Amino acid sequence: MMEAMNSRVPQGALAEKWANYRSDVRLVSPKNKRGFEIIVVGTGLAGAAAAASLGELGYKVKSFTYHDSPRRAHSIAAQGGINAAKNYQNDGDSIWRLFVDTIKGGDYRSREANVHRLAEVSLEIIDQCVAQGVPFARDYAGLLDNRSFGGAQVSRTFYARGQTGQQLLLGAYSALMRQVAAGSVELHNRKEMLDVVVHDGRAVGIVVRDLLTGEVSSHSAHAVVLATGGYSNVYFLSTNAKMCNVTAAWRAHRRGALFANPCYTQIHPTCIPQSDDFQSKLTLMSESLRNDGRIWVPQRGDDKRSPDQIPESERDYYLETKYPAFGNLVPRDVASRNAKSVVDSERGVGERANGVYLDFADAIAAQGEDAIREKYGNLFDIYERITGENPYKSPMRIYPATHYTMGGLWVNYELMSNLSGLFVLGEANFSDHGANRLGASALMQGLADGYFILPTTIGPWLAEQLGSQLVPTDHPAFAAVEQEVNERTQQWLATKGTRSVDFFHRELGKIVWDYVGMSRTSSGLEKALSEIPALHEEYLSDVRVLGSADSLNQSLEKAGRVEDFFQLAQLMARDALLREESCGGHFREEHQTEDGEARRDDEQFAHVAAWESNGDDHIRHEEKLEFEEVELAVRSYK
Amino acid sequence: MASTLSLTLRIWRQDSPQVKGHFVTYEMDDVPEDASFLEMLDILNEILIAKGEEPICFESDCREGICGTCGLMINGQAHGPQKGTATCQLHMRQFKDGDHIVVEPWRAEAFSVIKDLATDRTPLDAIIKAGGYISVNTGAAPDANLTPIPHQTAATAFDAAACIGCGACVAACPNSAAQLFCSAKVQHLNLMPQGQSERWERAEKMVETMEEFFGSCTNHGECEEACPKEISIDFIAWTNRDYIKSKLKNRSLFAQK
Ligand SMILES: Cc1cc2nc3c(=O)[nH]c(=O)nc-3n(C[C@H](O)[C@H](O)[C@H](O)COP(=O)(O)OP(=O)(O)OC[C@H]3O[C@@H](n4cnc5c(N)ncnc54)[C@H](O)[C@@H]3O)c2cc1C
Ligand code: SF4
Ligand code: FES
Repeated sequence: MMEAMNSRVPQGALAEKWANYRSDVRLVSPKNKRGFEIIVVGTGLAGAAAAASLGELGYKVKSFTYHDSPRRAHSIAAQGGINAAKNYQNDGDSIWRLFVDTIKGGDYRSREANVHRLAEVSLEIIDQCVAQGVPFARDYAGLLDNRSFGGAQVSRTFYARGQTGQQLLLGAYSALMRQVAAGSVELHNRKEMLDVVVHDGRAVGIVVRDLLTGEVSSHSAHAVVLATGGYSNVYFLSTNAKMCNVTAAWRAHRRGALFANPCYTQIHPTCIPQSDDFQSKLTLMSESLRNDGRIWVPQRGDDKRSPDQIPESERDYYLETKYPAFGNLVPRDVASRNAKSVVDSERGVGERANGVYLDFADAIAAQGEDAIREKYGNLFDIYERITGENPYKSPMRIYPATHYTMGGLWVNYELMSNLSGLFVLGEANFSDHGANRLGASALMQGLADGYFILPTTIGPWLAEQLGSQLVPTDHPAFAAVEQEVNERTQQWLATKGTRSVDFFHRELGKIVWDYVGMSRTSSGLEKALSEIPALHEEYLSDVRVLGSADSLNQSLEKAGRVEDFFQLAQLMARDALLREESCGGHFREEHQTEDGEARRDDEQFAHVAAWESNGDDHIRHEEKLEFEEVELAVRSYK
Repeated sequence: MASTLSLTLRIWRQDSPQVKGHFVTYEMDDVPEDASFLEMLDILNEILIAKGEEPICFESDCREGICGTCGLMINGQAHGPQKGTATCQLHMRQFKDGDHIVVEPWRAEAFSVIKDLATDRTPLDAIIKAGGYISVNTGAAPDANLTPIPHQTAATAFDAAACIGCGACVAACPNSAAQLFCSAKVQHLNLMPQGQSERWERAEKMVETMEEFFGSCTNHGECEEACPKEISIDFIAWTNRDYIKSKLKNRSLFAQK
């Protein structure tokens, strides 16, 4: 393990670590806070919450986003809900239970102390959001309503119709805009961060490109916070917004930040299957639908009758049969792999035989169409708009799609990467979800990081910087990075090849999906490791980017992002190849039990793989995961 | 496979805010019915790139009708012909073989054209900055269940909060007013118990900021028709009421109901 990889987990009993940390942590006085400048990149839940909270504390914050408005961050699209161990339903929930569920859900590949803290902080998040005016669902007494979500046996998920992410982000965005109005946060929209500037071993600022004018500029700060989201779009087709990309994290990685567990990606079981080759993205149907929908396929693959013509006895409700305790609510990875296996065994449904049914007929019969409309109306509408089919009348067709990436930049307990002064929040870091994230836990983590954790844990780093001057942006360290950024940008225009950026992105996505997707083999990964670099070379010599660098040029923006996806994809394949076990979202066909379940290897792999960039190569480091409180068990949902 | 369409598109092209734009006509064949409107433009852009022509600039992100990034005038209608549907959710099966389709950017005084079909909608953020928040610092919140909110109140506040900030209401308004957006944002917070202390001040500040950038509302109702979230113009009436009450009785000084 390298020196900078100390996880800095506080001493003491698990349940007391966060409290102890807060009691002991070095503070920055109000007067000194005003002297510190902090850059926050990203205005999703994590970034907006962090920038707003830091501004409230009195720091001088600069907030960056490539969107035109902070409110458009990809967090806006989250549908299902946010977890919190409030136990408002009196159904036996507790911080401990949320902690254990998250550790177990993550297949024992996350840090206990981080996860426990997340469960603790979850309570405050809901309070904060309600106070901001987030219109969560309520029961008829006016109290907060909850539902059970993807694999949980308690109802701890708070939701706002099917638009929870939107409402939470609007809350965080309003808090952010309040600080912009107060002058504590300076907002830089339509600015894409293209590099981190490192001087004397610490992150001292960033270089950004104005997407409207092409101007490249430098910004210096006492701390740089990245909250730039996940990298699912490496697959081209995913449920993520079109612009989501890995560039900020990857560029930080190329400057020294470790990239942890890149192969941990999550495939979401309930998405609308691909309908054609021109498809630009896949649409998620919230997995809350699995609370009431029943998943099935015809027993016989050649049964091409319409679903209502297939009698009960000739349907295979494969999840209910195989996992009687959890049924349709098994975790995402389990649900996804089972869908893949029925489709691979040629029992898929729909014109392209690429989906399984999610059927609401029983729920509608039992609860009435109105009750179902109240819960899922907007999801049903989305489905109908996209497919032209009415899910109140015939079952939805669903299939897994890439959705979330658990891997990300390595951070310690304080959310600081190994690169001093660089903090990473939300989906961009690797921290809390291990090898698989539970539903409704990403929103929780983003807001926990942004509202409550970072504003505390950034203190000690800043306290150390007291009296130190900012590195001025005319310093050679900045000039050198600016020059590199300019050269990289010009390179795309100069290539003058024959095929579009999207063409290459799509091709890359197919390779990554086929070999580093839902299930992986050593031969497939070896293939990926030879096909990706070959395609990458073609990309570098044959991509066609038209237009200029001094105005809005979407192809040019994408060109840089796809370059970083190429580099990341190789690391994902390598990471997946070296992790000779199956865990969570990482399923290696060589490592499965007789009935096809994931087989972990705790002896060899109860660690985080954190990759160091070394020129164009990589060095693998390990952070051993110590489990003091939970016992490592075989995850079983039977 | 589903059937395909042949289309004639007239698309607005404009290099920058400073230069004049113009329409360019594109003929397209084999447009799949299952494609979304934006996927149809993706396909066109691939064709243009292959021919060495700069692709058409249009904005989108989530392509799920929730982020509010997309937004095109399609045959003179903001977000096109399907009611309650953002441009990214509009599918080609809404069109017929042989259709002529005119595609333009949002046209409004406050939204300048950046390039082709992309416009600058940052004035909407200015309205939020003026008061579209509840002033509660992180950590200062009481328990979430302390104040029950009647189901119906929460639901109505939600109806307002569903606004995606796309600006279609502005584009559709003959006066380019942002009244529907502004009042949706005002009422979301003014309806919630948590929003009461700043209710009057919020109404004044947001409405006045709106009027700085945008035209005035003269009750045409085009905004509601165009809104992909079907936000009701009732919110405009309620906001006017809050505004007038606040102004007449100087309630913002007392923060009382
Ligand atoms: C369809 C969908 C539904 C989901 N539903 C749920 C759910 O129900 N519950 C749940 O818990 N989770 C859900 N998730 C996951 C969750 O939404 C995300 O993990 C989470 O919102 C990520 O938040 P974030 O703040 O880390 O990043 P994001 O919201 O992705 O924000 C990233 C920000 O960084 C900015 N940015 C990125 N790179 C740069 C750069 N180079 N320069 C400048 N700015 C940059 C962007 O502009 C943006 O502001 C869902 C995800 C999807 C795709
Ligand atoms: S009110 Fe409707 S049309 Fe106007 S910005 Fe909001 S969602 Fe768009
Ligand atoms: S692209 Fe997000 S609403 Fe259309």
